Order: sequence, then C-alpha cells, then structure tokens
Amino acid sequence: MPVLWLVLIVFALGALGFVLGRRRALGGAGGDIRLLHSLPSYYGTNVALLTVVPALFLLGIWLLVQPIVVDAKVSALLPDSAISEGTTRDLVMSDVRRIAEGLDKAVAEGAMTHAQARDIRAEFTDVRNRLGAVGVALGSRVGAPELFAAQRYRRIAGEGSLAMTGAVLALALGGFALSLIRTTPSFRARNSVETGIRYVLIFAATIAVLTTIGIVLSLVFNTIDFFRLYPAWDFFFGTTWSPSFGGGSDLGILPLLWGTFYISIIALAVSVPIGLFAAIYLSEYATPHVRAFAKPMIEVLAGIPTIVYGLFALLTVGPLLLKVFGQDGVGLMQAGTAVVTAGLVMGIMLIPFVSSLSDDIINAVPQSMRDGSLGLGATRSETVRQVVLPAALPGIVGAILLAASRAIGETMIVVLGAGAAANLSLNPFEAMTTVTAKIVSQLTGDADFASPEALVAFALGMTLFVITLGLNVFALYIVRKYREQYE
Amino acid sequence: MYDNPDLARTTVTRDIKIAAHGCQVFYGDTHAIKDVDIDIEDKTVTAFIGPSGCGKSTFLRCLNRMNDTIDICRVVGDIRLDGEDIYDKRVDPVQLRAKVGMVFQKPNPFPKSIYDNVAYGPRIHGLARGKADLDEIVESSLRRAAIWEEVKDRLDAPGTGLSGGQQQRLCIARAVATEPEVLLMDEPCSALDPIATAQVEELIDELRSQYSVVIVTHSMQQAARVSQKTAFFHLGSLVEYGETGHIFTNPTDPRTESYITGRIG
Repeated sequence: MPVLWLVLIVFALGALGFVLGRRRALGGAGGDIRLLHSLPSYYGTNVALLTVVPALFLLGIWLLVQPIVVDAKVSALLPDSAISEGTTRDLVMSDVRRIAEGLDKAVAEGAMTHAQARDIRAEFTDVRNRLGAVGVALGSRVGAPELFAAQRYRRIAGEGSLAMTGAVLALALGGFALSLIRTTPSFRARNSVETGIRYVLIFAATIAVLTTIGIVLSLVFNTIDFFRLYPAWDFFFGTTWSPSFGGGSDLGILPLLWGTFYISIIALAVSVPIGLFAAIYLSEYATPHVRAFAKPMIEVLAGIPTIVYGLFALLTVGPLLLKVFGQDGVGLMQAGTAVVTAGLVMGIMLIPFVSSLSDDIINAVPQSMRDGSLGLGATRSETVRQVVLPAALPGIVGAILLAASRAIGETMIVVLGAGAAANLSLNPFEAMTTVTAKIVSQLTGDADFASPEALVAFALGMTLFVITLGLNVFALYIVRKYREQYE
Repeated sequence: MYDNPDLARTTVTRDIKIAAHGCQVFYGDTHAIKDVDIDIEDKTVTAFIGPSGCGKSTFLRCLNRMNDTIDICRVVGDIRLDGEDIYDKRVDPVQLRAKVGMVFQKPNPFPKSIYDNVAYGPRIHGLARGKADLDEIVESSLRRAAIWEEVKDRLDAPGTGLSGGQQQRLCIARAVATEPEVLLMDEPCSALDPIATAQVEELIDELRSQYSVVIVTHSMQQAARVSQKTAFFHLGSLVEYGETGHIFTNPTDPRTESYITGRIG
C-alpha cells in the first residue's frame, strides 16, 4: 500500500475518532457539558491525537530504518566474488537497488508479471535490455548475483512494507480504541491533550536540531576526506588558489578568506551608517505617517532576490564605477567586476537588515529614558547620541554582526559583481572572489567527486560555517545580554 | 484624614513664578484640560491633587513643554514663566526645560554611572568650567538630594543598580544639577516604599528654599505634608486653588470636599 494512502487512512481514522470521542463524552454526561471534566472538543482531540500521532511516528521511524535494515540483509547475501576489482560493496549495492527499482517499474508498467520479476534468471534473460525498455538505464550487464540480490531486496522490502502497513494501522486502531474506551465524563481529557501537544512540539523542535546536526555531519565527513588528500596546513595557510582539475593544484584558503572579508567590510561600511541613520530617523524623528510609509519601503529591499542585486552590480554599478575610476576617469579600475562593486551592492542589500533590527532595538529603549533626557533640556540628537544609542548599543552590535554573517555567506552578488580571480591584494578596484563563490565553481566543475579539487568545497563550506556560526553565537549572546537590562 | 494640617503655616504672598491663563490642552479630539487659570508662586511647594485622569499630569507637562514630544497634543492659552510666554515661537523648548526641571513618576536613571547621570545636564549645557568644577556640581547635587553618603564610594557604579528610592533621589539630583528655577515632580513617590517616600518628602521641603516646586500626587496626606498651596483638578478643570491648610480644612467647592473626604476619586 502506498505511504500516502496509509497516511490518509490514519488521518481519516483520527477525524472519526474526534467525532466519536466527542459524542461519547457528551453521551456519558447525558448531554450536559457541566458534568464533564473538560470541554467536549478535548475528548475528541484526545482520541484524534492518540490515533494519529503514535501511528505517524511509527511510520516515520519505519521509513527511516527499513532501507538500512534491508540494505544490511541483502548486502550480506552478496558473495565477495561478486565484487570485482576496482569497485566497492557500496557501489554494487547501489546497482542492486537500481535493478530492484527497475523490476518494480517494469511490473508497474506491465512489461513483466509479478512472477517474472520474481523468477527471471540472469543466465536466460538480458535484464539490462528488458529494464532499458521501461526507461531504467543500467551501467553494465547484470550478473547473476546482482539480480539474485535485487530480487531478494524486492522481497524483503515488500515484506517490510506489508509489515509496516499492518503495524501502523494496528497502532492507529489500538490508540483509537483505547482512548475511546477511556473517554468517560470524569476522564481528564484536557490534561491529556496538553501533554500530547507538548510532545508534538518537542518533536518539531527535535527535528530542527537534528537537521542542523545532520548538515554539520555531512560537511564533516567530506572535510575529513579532503584533509586525507590535501594537507591541512597548506589549506589554511596557503596564499595561492589555483585549482587545476588535472591534479597538483594549490588550494590555499587565504586569498578566498581575504576576498570574503574585504567585500564584507566594504558592504558593512556602506550598510551600517546608512542603515543605522535610517533607523534613528524612523524611530526618533519621523512622524507616524512617514514611518508607516518609509519602513515598508526599506524592507522591500530585503525581499529582492540576491541574483537581481547581482545583475544590478554587473549591469549598472560596475559600468558606472568604471566610468568614474576606469581608464577614462581616474584610471584605477581595469574592469567593472571588482571588490568595490560587489561591496557596494552587498551594502545596499544589507541596509534593511541593519535598519530594521536597529529600529526595533531603538524602539525597545524605554520612553522614560528619552523623557528623562528631554526633561533635562537635551535636544533630540543629544538624547539619541548620549542616552538612546548607548542603551541600544549592544543590540545594534548584534544587528551588525547578523548583517556581517549574512555578508560573508552571500554568493550571487560576488559571482556577478566581483569576478572570479582569487587575488590577495589591497586594491579595492581589483577583481577578487570569495569562499562561497569558489564553493559553487568547485562543485559545478568536471572534477572527479573524490578528488581534492571537488572535496575542497566541503572544507571551504565547513570553514565558512564555523566562522558564521561563531559570529551568530556572539551576536545572539550580545543581544540576549542587552535584553536582560530592561526586563 | 491627614496627619498634620499645619493651619498656622505662613501665608505671606511670594513672587509669581508661573502664570497660566486660559490654558486648554487637546489630545486629538479629547479636550484634556479646560480653561485652567493658575498662578504658581516662587519658593513654594504647590501640590496638584485630583482623581486619576483629571489632567493634573498633563497640565504639569505643559509647564515645561514636555507635551511637545507627543504628536497629537495641542496646547492653547497663555503660560508665562517670569512674565515670558513659554509657548512663544522665539522660545527654545530645550532652553526652557533646562530652566524647568522635571522628575518623573517612575525612577528613570540613564544606563550610565551614577556620576555620569548627575553630570549629564551640566555637560550638555556647559555649566562646568572643568573636571574639578563638574566634580563639585555632582557632589553638591547628590548632597542636596540626600543621597551623597550612600553613593559617594561607588560613583562609577551604574545608576540602574540602585534601589528604587535611591534611583528616584538620583533622578532628583540629576534634575537639581542643571540648576533649574522650577522643579516639576510627577508623582515622584508613587513607586517608592514609605521610608524612601519620607526621605523624598523631606528633600522636597528643603528644595523649597531655592526653587519653586510643583508636585503631582495621588496621596492627599502627602499633599498636606509637603505643600503650601494646593490645586484640585477634576475632569480637566481646576476646581479650587488655595492655601493647603485652607483647602484641606475648609474647601469652598463641594467637589473638593467630596474628594478629600474620599467620596469621589
């Protein structure tokens, strides 16, 4: 049975449980809701929750675990002789899975019967051709052990799915029946629902945390692979970045890190003053009328996709800067793509981050502070400079750090605005590139996935992740410290 | 009703410090203050009493133009400080507020050190000739606010770390440091315990020797204890204004009598 149907059935059962639970509770109290411990809908919700949640939880776990178990079982069936020179058990297993999928598809499209799929033998049938006919391309001729393993794979997976359907339905029905029996007017349904909701929320939070850990782990393993092939010292302290896909590349991160920081610093130099001043104007000077109009206008900037900013850098800002600083003007700039182009455009992109966050933080400074200062005969700007800003400073620093981690992670503007050359230079009119832009180019190239030239992308990603994580943690720490002051 | 009416208080006439005539305040469409006429004397403590929402705080905030910071607020009428119209276009509200200091209901020390809190006003108005002079201003202000002994060893500590009563006295020191001529106090003791209240009240009595003090209070006992003149506000109007002893023992208006005997409010 397809998983979708299973989920729908469980939900239908849950809906039915809601109706029946509610009715049973009301019936038990003779229709008088004052005799019930909880409101009738709580009894219904209790039945629905006990029906749906454990069943879906089991379904999720089963779907995660089953492929691992089946893989392990089938893998044990493959004789060592089936694993030829130059390949690994993992690669053969992925072939096996493909063959199994192909057989499933052939059966579904009617090219084979169930019995054929179960019984065909590689010795008599050209499985590759038959599966090719239904659109499943296989790399090489299918050998007898692989086909046998694939057929076993199908059988075990089929049995597993059947068992899963049974178990999930049984659990749903069990929860349904048990909770319906327990539904009496004195049953504390409200408390039970409260507990249930808490577990659902905990589950959601756990998934978010586990995903983060999963992302980190996927980076970590590839990074370790990379450092097996390439010395860590040369990676972290090398000053040249020249990957050549034939091997023998120099993969020093320093030029990329320098490009990242240089562009980010220019971006912050643009966005922090403009964003901060805009926030001060909006929160301290603007009339409610102006504020209601201007704040959304600034926040529109945050909604523009970064690729559009990239085009803006490439087509407008670059040529404009070239006209002023290029050969016809000051003579400092060679081409439109340069650190300063990307930095300026990224700065514009960051303005709403800085201004919106700072605006919230400035507004959180109690009005009594301003009154106190104004009441002593200070002007508005004196009040802002000497009372409001110092009080809001930790929060503003937090906002700037969040903007900085955003700048460090930005890719599209750099690809289009700053060029692709990895330079270690102080000249802002030169083309440079950043860590993120190089991650893209290393992974989209033709390099073998197991070569250091491709794996370096993960090491770059990991480095970037650690840097931005550090910035974010620091920013959150500062913001939290600030909150404690007034609450 | 009150513990010390002090009927024998001197009733000599002093100079008029603030004169308000035909004062009206509107918040949007709400008519908050209706045609208030009052003469506030110099070197006197004047108490504004009245039920919540009667406009006494609003009127107080008119006296140093703090209502300017509220967009929808509009003030009509004539308010004169030493004969000069404070709502005249040529008057700088910033200068005015330096002359008419204000202490708020909730203690609101700045998140700075105790020293910097008190030095704030003198610094922005350039009242000190140097560091030594500023030190002296800070010390004398803290002494006048009766808090010097408690904080003299920790002037660098943040003002927000003091207790509520100490914070309020720090705010009074901060207001005194700018050498105002009038001190407006908007329920300065409502967030304080009885001991801190007694300290602040004693302080108000001392401040009377140099300033004209206007205090808004919800406590009639407090008004009776600290003030020489009392004004009773009701529904945005000034109902009765006179010697404190007179208002509390022999009010002319029946509404005043109802309020001080606890029947309205």
